[in-house]
Order: sequence, then C-alpha cells, then structure tokens
Amino acid sequence: MTDILVYITSGLGAVFVLLAAIGTLRMPDQYLRISVNTKAATLGVGLLLTAAALFFLETSVTTRVIAVIIFIFITAPVGAHLIGRTSYFIGNALWGKSVTDDLKDKYNKITHELKGHEEKKENEDETKSKS
Amino acid sequence: MNVHDFLYYIILPILSISSLLVFVRFFKGPSIVDRVVALDLLITIGIGIIAIYSILSNKPTFLDISLVLALIAFLGTVAFAYYLEKRNKND
Repeated sequence: MTDILVYITSGLGAVFVLLAAIGTLRMPDQYLRISVNTKAATLGVGLLLTAAALFFLETSVTTRVIAVIIFIFITAPVGAHLIGRTSYFIGNALWGKSVTDDLKDKYNKITHELKGHEEKKENEDETKSKS
Repeated sequence: MNVHDFLYYIILPILSISSLLVFVRFFKGPSIVDRVVALDLLITIGIGIIAIYSILSNKPTFLDISLVLALIAFLGTVAFAYYLEKRNKND
C-alpha cells in the first residue's frame, strides 16, 4: 500500500520538476520563467520529499520533511517576488505579446518608490497639519 | 519491479535530464536575472535528488543536508536581488 503511494508521489513530483525545467528553458520572458519556476518546482520538490517520508514512515524523518516543505513554501514566493522586482528595476522588457503592465510609469526608477505610496504619504501629512 | 528499481531507472534519470535543461538556460541566459533564477531552480532540483537518494541508500540522515541547501538557495536569491538592485541605483 505504501509502495503504491511512493510510486504515485515520486512520479508526479518528477513530472512537475521536468515541466518546471522545460518551462525555464522555453518561456519567452523573465517574468514568465520566474512564475513557472516557483510554482512547478515547489509542488514537485514537495511531492518528492513526501515520497521519502512515506517510504521511511518514522517520526524523525517525517518531522524533517515537514520542516523542509514548510521552509520551501515560505521562502519560494518571497525570493520570486524579490528577483522579479529587481528584474523590473534593471529594465528588462516584458514579452512583446504581454497585454498589461500595471507598474508602467508608477515606479520611480531612481528612488525605487511607488508613486501612489508617495501621494498617500502627502495626504497623511496634510491631514496631520490640519488637525 | 520494486520501488528501488522504479526510483533508480525512471525517477533519477528524469531529474537528471531536467537539471541538464536548467543548465542550458544557466549558460544561455540573456540577463543575469535568468542565471539567478536558474541557479535557484538547480538547487531546488538538488533537494529532490537528495530526497530520492536517501530512499535508495536507506539513510534518512541525508535529509538534513536538504534543509541546509534550501536555506542557502533562499539566502543566495535574496543577496543577488539586493545587490543587483543596489548596483543599478548607484549608476
């Protein structure tokens, strides 16, 4: 019974990791590559680690596997967001067929601040001075 | 075909091929952001290979190293992002 579960989880995990690798090679744009990388690789590696936990079925191994999975689930989106933000600041262009760019003309390229954020701050200052 | 044969002859080759494909992107990558992302994915695939190898060699101690590798991947990505942004700011 556990063997069947190990077959299923490890097979699905390997397929997801392979899809992430193909996506990293074939996607036309940095931002699409970051997206594919984070989602598919997180699920694939989580399934591979689950296969190890199901094979051993010991408390110590399961604890370690859960710690690694939680760590990957927390850190992968943070890292993807940071590297995507840096890529936008460096000036890498979007793919030619991308439809919308919500951040266009909203980021100050020199001070790295959002425009809306600054206006909100000014309004807060005005309300403070009035009161 | 037991679990060991399945992991040895099917899962490990798939993971090796995917790491080779990521290496192609690592060498080809037009900008440095691509290389950082490819490095992150390489370390993540390494964690998966360690998990499968600990099953094959029947030594669950290897899973400790996967925790350390996950930490190093995260710190590397954050440090690269921070310094690339800073370098752009100073120009």
